[in-house]
Amino acid sequence: MKKKMLALLLVVAMLATCLMACGGNDAPAGDDAAAKSQLVVQIGGDPETIDPALNSASDGGNMILHLFEGLLTVSQDEKLQPGCADLPEISDDGLTWTFKLKEGLKWSDGSDLTAEDFVYSWKRVCDPAVAAPYGETVLGMVKGFKEGPDALAVTAVDATTLVVELANPCTYFGDLAAFATLSPVQKATIEANGDAWATDAATYVSNGPFRLKEFVMGSHILMEKNEHYWNADAIKIDELKWLLTADANAAYAAYKSGEAKVIKDVPTEEVPSLLGQADFHVEEIIGTYYISLNLNEECLKDVRVRKALSLSIDREHVANTVMQGTYSPAYNFMGPGWTDANGEEFMNKEYISKDFEANLAEAKQLLADAGYPGGEGFPVIEYMFNPDGYHQPVGEYLQQAWKELGLTVELKTVDWSQFTPTRRSGDYMIARNGWVGDYTDASNQIELLYSSNGNNDGKYNNPEFDKAMDESRATADGDIRTAALHKAEDIIMEDVACIPLAYYNDFWLQDEDLQGTWHSPRGYWYFMFAEPMAE
Amino acid sequence: MLKYIAKRLVMAAVTIFTVATLTFLLMNMIPGGPFNAEKALTPQAKAALEAKYGLDKPLSERYVTYMKGALRLDFGDSLKQRGRTVMSIITTKFPVSAKVALIGVAVAICIGVPLGCISALNRGKIIDNVIIVGATCGIAIPGFVVCTVMLYVFGVYLKILPTMGLSTAANYVMPVIGIAFYPTAYITRLMRSSMLDVLGQDYIRTAKAKGLSQVVQLFKHAMRNAILPVVTYVGPMLAYVLTGSFIVEKIFTVPGLGGEFIKCIQGQDYPVIMGTTIFLATIMVLMNVLVDVVYTIIDPRIKLK
Repeated sequence: MKKKMLALLLVVAMLATCLMACGGNDAPAGDDAAAKSQLVVQIGGDPETIDPALNSASDGGNMILHLFEGLLTVSQDEKLQPGCADLPEISDDGLTWTFKLKEGLKWSDGSDLTAEDFVYSWKRVCDPAVAAPYGETVLGMVKGFKEGPDALAVTAVDATTLVVELANPCTYFGDLAAFATLSPVQKATIEANGDAWATDAATYVSNGPFRLKEFVMGSHILMEKNEHYWNADAIKIDELKWLLTADANAAYAAYKSGEAKVIKDVPTEEVPSLLGQADFHVEEIIGTYYISLNLNEECLKDVRVRKALSLSIDREHVANTVMQGTYSPAYNFMGPGWTDANGEEFMNKEYISKDFEANLAEAKQLLADAGYPGGEGFPVIEYMFNPDGYHQPVGEYLQQAWKELGLTVELKTVDWSQFTPTRRSGDYMIARNGWVGDYTDASNQIELLYSSNGNNDGKYNNPEFDKAMDESRATADGDIRTAALHKAEDIIMEDVACIPLAYYNDFWLQDEDLQGTWHSPRGYWYFMFAEPMAE
Repeated sequence: MLKYIAKRLVMAAVTIFTVATLTFLLMNMIPGGPFNAEKALTPQAKAALEAKYGLDKPLSERYVTYMKGALRLDFGDSLKQRGRTVMSIITTKFPVSAKVALIGVAVAICIGVPLGCISALNRGKIIDNVIIVGATCGIAIPGFVVCTVMLYVFGVYLKILPTMGLSTAANYVMPVIGIAFYPTAYITRLMRSSMLDVLGQDYIRTAKAKGLSQVVQLFKHAMRNAILPVVTYVGPMLAYVLTGSFIVEKIFTVPGLGGEFIKCIQGQDYPVIMGTTIFLATIMVLMNVLVDVVYTIIDPRIKLK
């Protein structure tokens, strides 16, 4: 008995010591946080960077959107509106854009922000030594881009006037002026700290609604309201905290426990039961899940074959059953949300009929016309994908759908690390593909099929199409441009240059009591104008 | 003794060098690269990035440059997390892993050793059976199951423990249990069997016959020998959990090195792969040297040659 007691005592003593050890480890992070209104959200794991020039990902872009403000911003109804500057004056030839900055703009450290800062920031984006991934996308049309930063035709006429000269017309340059990459960054902190400036709250200077307070990789990013922001009165919450996890189960647990009010990463197995729930949101974003057909393959050169492959797919079933309703069926390559040169909705029709039975019958006929009745004589199709997300189930569906035509499909999985290089090099027959827009101008996606585009994985080459695209690029007239883009759209859809399957959606969980936030078809969440929530 | 330690340290350096070289070669054999993306970077942007990080140079030249840097403890910059050096990633993430791991190991030892002793001293009785069944379950149930069950029970349904991060003391409870679960069970069984073994030996009977109290018998005589297998196990185990338990870190969103290690391999972030591998290998090797040294202190029968 004595020894039992002794042993027990020992256990208790040891336990107590180690519990004390963990208790003393960390004091709760600031008791005064309770008095502040804080919104906690999750949209992904560690961002690769939150340096506007270096970022190329949507999660980083979403954070930058809350930390910085460019010359222009985008409103809730997706219209360009003044940001640091008023809406620009554009010369008649569309080549000279003059931005008038607001008076008295400040950085988050209280120093003055002038047109010179934009000149510095934009030249930095164009500098090859900085290696900004989006450099050419956002500044490639500016005069002097190819010659390097010193030649870039961006000038500060005075402290509040910025003039940009374009080499060729770009009707959507306003969209780019609102794009995260072209946010102003502070020369002083970058020169003092190098690329590391954007990794530490102490050296991170911004000009937007929030400023960085803490950046703990793998844990969270904490932003606090930036009192120096010109529109600070409109910002009601004191702090915005981004949980950094890409693990859907961890995010879901944080949402269920009430720690997070918005989460983007929802476990796919929960999706069916969440559909229809008031706090579960599914919204379209600009982007299309499509199939690339390698047009160097002999059997795919006949447009009737391509059309048969496209028509034999039940898109309704793919989007709603195979992809669990997290995608929308695509009857066009260009989905909702894309805009034309005048900022209006680009999509004006659907090219593929929704009557699947009729489509299937037509597909069988087309295949027979092409010389493969019942699929006879057609080589085995190899469908390549990386085994992530819904790619495998979609591949299995295609196998079944094309079997209806009498075709045999072999699935070929290729790991992500090799997938995009393989597809890009054209070493495949049919492969999954996808694009999510950077900005809403329709050219951003249509140009994927331009003969010399780096993402033209199907090696589509139609001089008519290229001509229409060239025409859209050469004009400063919005209507002519829109007409040219629609013509290009007609050509690729008639040619079945690729097979659109589904439009991308963002789906997320959001506490029903959270007010004042919105989600944009560009794939961003706007949390800055959130109303504080009652605890 | 000193000579032995010096010899072991030289061998350790050779091991680490070999690990570094192999890792360098293997990771460069993986197809693809760090700048892979659904959207192709423009050739200019890709070339600029490769030039910036020296990836345009031949492999042999990069190897020499890298090894020279590593000798100066300069592991280079992350290719993915722009603006961060590998050293800064390790120095911010490792302490987090280490803190959770050390507490976890302490818990495992503090619970496992006494439980093993109690079990051995009560061999065949109910309490022994209960502990044995418990320990067997602890070994049989995988860590991710334990973590997930805890997460749902305490985090989601009862809402009494936070599920993410390490901001308060309460945040440590679940990750620490997650890390300590298996080692506790293992140490309990180890301790029980070695204690039984020792208790049956002659010198304990002698001690008993001398009329020594149970406490002296147990702690002065039996424990020193019985704990040896536990030390053998704890050394490598400590190295293993110190380097970050990936599963626990992922489930509870602990910003440690374990998660970073997996992420950098997936992203082919070469300098981070090299840096973390060298770092973890160093810990592993040093821990083994340490265990060998500790043996001699605990067990006078072991002589280092």
